[in-house]
Amino acid sequence: MKFEYHQPKNLKEAGKYLLLNNSIPFSGGTDILALMKDGIVNPDHVVNLKTIDGLSDIKFETGKGLSIGALVKIKEISQNQMIAENFPVLKIAASEIASPQLRNMGTVGGNLCQRPRCMYFRDDFDCIRKGGGTCYAFEGFNKYHCIIGGGPCYIVHPSDLAVALLALDAAVIIYSDGKQKQIPIDDFYILPESDAMSETILKPGEFVTGIFIPELKSEARSTYFKFKERDVWDFAIVSVAAIIRKNNGIIEWGSFAFGGVAPKPWLDNAFNKSIAGIRVASGSIENVVTKAFDNAQPLQLNSYKIPLVRNILRRVITQLSA
Amino acid sequence: MKIKVSFILNGLQVTVETEAHRRLLDLLRDDLNLTGTKEGCAIGECGACTVVMNKLAVNSCLVLAGQIDGAEIITIEGLMKNGALHSLQQKFIEKGAVQCGFCTPGMIMSAYALLLSNKNPDEEEIKEAIAGNLCRCTGYKQIIEAIADSEI
Ligand SMILES: Cc1cc2nc3c(=O)[nH]c(=O)nc-3n(C[C@H](O)[C@H](O)[C@H](O)COP(=O)(O)OP(=O)(O)OC[C@H]3O[C@@H](n4cnc5c(N)ncnc54)[C@H](O)[C@@H]3O)c2cc1C
Ligand code: SF4
Ligand code: FES
Ligand code: FES
Repeated sequence: MKFEYHQPKNLKEAGKYLLLNNSIPFSGGTDILALMKDGIVNPDHVVNLKTIDGLSDIKFETGKGLSIGALVKIKEISQNQMIAENFPVLKIAASEIASPQLRNMGTVGGNLCQRPRCMYFRDDFDCIRKGGGTCYAFEGFNKYHCIIGGGPCYIVHPSDLAVALLALDAAVIIYSDGKQKQIPIDDFYILPESDAMSETILKPGEFVTGIFIPELKSEARSTYFKFKERDVWDFAIVSVAAIIRKNNGIIEWGSFAFGGVAPKPWLDNAFNKSIAGIRVASGSIENVVTKAFDNAQPLQLNSYKIPLVRNILRRVITQLSA
Repeated sequence: MKIKVSFILNGLQVTVETEAHRRLLDLLRDDLNLTGTKEGCAIGECGACTVVMNKLAVNSCLVLAGQIDGAEIITIEGLMKNGALHSLQQKFIEKGAVQCGFCTPGMIMSAYALLLSNKNPDEEEIKEAIAGNLCRCTGYKQIIEAIADSEI
């Protein structure tokens, strides 16, 4: 690891340093340092965003929504009382991330922009995501890979926060060319078919400055369910962020997002539409759930994710509509 | 590229000049000769390198030198006071919570961070606090008991 280390004072300076050749943003370092140590990412310039003021606040404005700075730590989200009351899905997702040590250092911006966990990507394989010509997972060990949206690379996006934020219809605020702009989180992430070497739309010189979450109607109930292989910290095998509004035994509206199934946090608009108007006591929930992911294209070792995601859906819908 | 960082380490002000790519773990073990902090996985998975930074447990293998300027850092070497072991160290010995000992400094620093913010943690809180620390020997039971019995 040899690089030049920059400590910008403001957004503009950071943007300038990030335009240098082979330059990367650095926040908590919990993901990028491991990648650099293993030689997967070899930057010439490292730009420490933590020296920038004003990116560490959590602000809630009634009637509008919640703004969270890019440098806010995962721990702060998991322990914030206002977030626990108004956006349980976000609080639960944050509490489910990694270990206490990592939540103490890891930031929101870094969490959204963390790199994939595909074992070939993290190892010495010159795969498509690293500019090579082969996806080793496609015919190799693909138990943890995507069941939808894949090709030519088949990663799943590892961020838990992003899944909760997608269900919450959040916007990612990015600094670009002297300005800050809001991008719907679904558009912030891209599929490998449009660019297999990047997970987001960010271009050199751009970085995340925060997120904005519109206020939820007070009757909305939300939760996050993360299925892991181990009891302690682990990445999601499959996760579901769920928000519903119920009235007189009918689910009026629902917003669901899925982790561990696709190269980006996954939204299924058809599913969200089909859940609206359903009477909880009728058998209709089962009808909708058994159709979820019926367009999935699992790889050789991961078709188990289809019944898994349906079972999680049953569980969270039952829980939220009780 | 060299950078200069100043921080408080186990109660003493230190200033070091170091390459920007070095980790807090390297500074502690190689430059400052504090080898109590261990290196296991080096990628945030095992917790052997845990130290307390600004009252919070962190993995020193994932902290870059530039990130510690102005910070207050406590390592396992900082717990002993006037020649007497810290209550956590004493209880780990008494309860048999140490076997090979490789995880112990990190485990104790995670426990220390917990006790700093919560003087009487229950079993669930203790388990949560050490969720990022792996131990291949003890089966954790004795560790949890030792922490439950300790005071700050
Ligand atoms: C053992 C382990 C377990 C983990 N478990 C989970 C888990 O269960 N769920 C989960 O969601 N995550 C998990 N993570 C990932 C962890 O949450 C993230 O590493 C952390 O939130 C990243 O934040 P950071 O500030 O440390 O990012 P950094 O390591 O600083 O950066 C990560 C990436 O984002 C880029 N970046 C950083 N900040 C910005 C910004 N503001 N704008 C644009 N790009 C930026 C960096 O260039 C880098 O590529 C785990 C990590 C480890 C090591
Ligand atoms: S899934 Fe993507 S990251 Fe993994 S081997 Fe295939 S191309 Fe590489
Ligand atoms: S050595 Fe730091 S977590 Fe394993
Ligand atoms: S005592 Fe050996 S790893 Fe914990």
